[in-house]
Amino acid sequence: MKERSLIDKLHEVQNGSKENYISKSEALKVSKRSKTPLAEIYGVLTFYTLFSEKPRGKHIIRVCRSLSCHMADANKIIGKLKETLGINVGETTFDKEFTLEESSCLGMCSVSPALMIDDIPFGNVEIDEIPEIIKKVKGGEL
Amino acid sequence: MKIFRIHALICAGAQCLAAGGNGFEDALKAELKKHDLDEEVSLVETGCMGACQLGPLLVVYPEGVMYTKVKPEDAKEIVEEHFLKGRPVRRLMWKGEKAELPNLSEIPFFAKQTKIVLRNCGIINPEDINEYIAQDGYEALSKALFEMTPQDVVQVMKDSGLRGRGGAGFPTGLKWELAFKQISDQKYIICNADEGDPGAYMDRSVLEGDPHSVLEGMAIAGYATGASKGYIYVRAEYPLAVKRLEVAIKQAKEAGLLGKNILGSSFSFDIELRMGAGAFVCGEETALINSIEGNRGEPKKKPPFPVVKGLFGKPTVINNVETLANVPVVIEKGSKFLRQFGTEKSPGTKVFALAGKVNITGLVEVPLGTPLRTIVFDIGGGVPESHSFKAAQTGGPSGGVIPAKHLDVPMDYENLPALGTIMGSGGLIVMDEKSCMVDVAKFFLKFTVDESCGKCVPCREGTKQMLEILEHISNGKGEKGDIEKLEKMGNLIKLTSLCGLGQTAPNPVLSTIRYFRDEYEEHINNKSCPSNICKIEGGKNERKVAHRQTA
Amino acid sequence: MDKIKSIEELRKLREHAKQSLKTRQGEAKVKILISMGTVGIAAGARDVLMAIIDELEKRNFTDAQIIERGSLGLDLEEPVVAIDMGGELIYYGKVTPEMARTIVAQHIINGQIVSDWVIAKGNKK
Repeated sequence: MKERSLIDKLHEVQNGSKENYISKSEALKVSKRSKTPLAEIYGVLTFYTLFSEKPRGKHIIRVCRSLSCHMADANKIIGKLKETLGINVGETTFDKEFTLEESSCLGMCSVSPALMIDDIPFGNVEIDEIPEIIKKVKGGEL
Repeated sequence: MKIFRIHALICAGAQCLAAGGNGFEDALKAELKKHDLDEEVSLVETGCMGACQLGPLLVVYPEGVMYTKVKPEDAKEIVEEHFLKGRPVRRLMWKGEKAELPNLSEIPFFAKQTKIVLRNCGIINPEDINEYIAQDGYEALSKALFEMTPQDVVQVMKDSGLRGRGGAGFPTGLKWELAFKQISDQKYIICNADEGDPGAYMDRSVLEGDPHSVLEGMAIAGYATGASKGYIYVRAEYPLAVKRLEVAIKQAKEAGLLGKNILGSSFSFDIELRMGAGAFVCGEETALINSIEGNRGEPKKKPPFPVVKGLFGKPTVINNVETLANVPVVIEKGSKFLRQFGTEKSPGTKVFALAGKVNITGLVEVPLGTPLRTIVFDIGGGVPESHSFKAAQTGGPSGGVIPAKHLDVPMDYENLPALGTIMGSGGLIVMDEKSCMVDVAKFFLKFTVDESCGKCVPCREGTKQMLEILEHISNGKGEKGDIEKLEKMGNLIKLTSLCGLGQTAPNPVLSTIRYFRDEYEEHINNKSCPSNICKIEGGKNERKVAHRQTA
Repeated sequence: MDKIKSIEELRKLREHAKQSLKTRQGEAKVKILISMGTVGIAAGARDVLMAIIDELEKRNFTDAQIIERGSLGLDLEEPVVAIDMGGELIYYGKVTPEMARTIVAQHIINGQIVSDWVIAKGNKK
């Protein structure tokens, strides 16, 4: 089979990084190893929403913003998360634990509003549960 | 052979897990251990059972009853009363109020469905190839390899009438034939598992619940067209699907059902996974090819079509997950099988992801041509009490709305375009009287503006301009002539965009204008939102809006 | 799992695998109903159940469903085992594990009702 694509390599770099992103030095390494111009690497990196050039938190929270979740008041969930974490969408908490992001459809429309923290799905999320969920994830319970 | 007198099937689809399925399963395991029942009760994690809103779900055989919304605390009662004492717990059961024990097959939600694509979902353990084989898995592949020529296979697919289920509805047999006719040292089969339509999760459920059906479909496609390698391009937002596919590919290779000389024949076929990275446009086939090649997911001009010049410049067949899941059934049961269901031009079934304001949301598989009314009311249980059906949105951001007056429209590839929408991949979102159509159109357009790759002007600039106008309208700053502007721009963008994303992006706007023009006019002329959703300053409903909690 | 080297091997594997999925199919040649109400359990129904399963496994007979019921209302005859086969419903009373094994061998596998132990007959509901 053809060797892994650039996207797979970038996924690997990002997953292996402690701050969930692809730093310039890492991008340079990929560029050298795959003999691809750095500009092209960045062209791909910035095209895809799941890649980040900026350092992010240990845990990435993705809140679904598609129509079903929108109709189930995902707005309120985002609001509560902003309040609990003290950050805006796209930002990382001071202790570098969490980054809050909006996501396209997660395919969990029957349990909307839905979100994912790393690879763990959460459905039927209620505002009151949010502080508890954050606490559990931070404490490594999930 | 070990006999388990009870099979307890736990739905391990992403939504049931998200609703707390893991917690319940752990509790159930603990209770079974406590009562020494591990040897009598077989606990099986299956794929999506379909009634996603009622999860976590547990189905117990041999009775065939379904427990819904089970919590960890319920495990004790279920084990002690049902498993030990033979007294199924009615209060936790779906339709438990019925006099006789309600078998799954009697519940309307399931009884009215025709499960072909979802035939194994919710019944087998997707991580055990033996269970797939038990359900006649890989029989079709072996039949193709040993009893049919590649031309035979292509002909059967053509005769079956199967059409691509990703949205375009292109005849699958024809696509395979075109690839078959190409002369090349290498050909590829790609499974498009980049299910990006908001509100659609049919493909995810098939990948999580019955991954082997896709692998088998791809291998058959490879045999028919002369391809020896396949790729599955899957969204990175579906980690569970990726995991199940990895397990399935590994098991199939170990069993000699994938790889070199399958089942001792001279046919070899290998499959690899390729991950997406969060770009909706990569669901478009040329953009997808670019992405697998490691580039920006920008679409290319067609022709040449991928069947002629696709991945790495070679002939490539790109099929959707649902299409491929149909293939083994068609080959095993013959070309006439699918024609028993659906319509003449659209034979077979379609899986819909029923969501929104409907009593039972989840996955629904019905013959093509089934009226919308049947899906929403007979299967989905209708709109919640004291609410009324306003419209159903189909086809995601590429589709439009179907208003109440067209509730009897047969859902197929001919009737929906006539109404100004498309079948799309199967997303079906029901809206009630509280939904604002301007808001819905704005919502979808925002999505397509975000996801536009930026390569061509009509899509990149045009959709942005349309969105601006929509935002003005929903903020109470709309002007006379805005609706006409939207219509003109929309039609122009449809005609001139490079790829399907741009060509269909205006559909939600044009469709909502077609059926709910009065709502647009109300926003523009009276600066008011009839459904009280749009925050209009200085408008008639400003007072109510001001008291709403801001995000 | 070993490599499957031919279509015949695949089909053999399938036949074997199908047996373990029988319980999920909903239909079976034989339905074995065991009364597991409080009285039944007190009278030793669980040992009877274990014996039935063991005997079925020994004889590789998988076309059977084992269904627990609450008390069938025949308390004096507990443990009660009913066999639903071919349209006939036969009730056996005061079943011991040894009797259970004989019922499996004679009634279920060979189709011969063990008349001495029958306490009631019924029509299939």
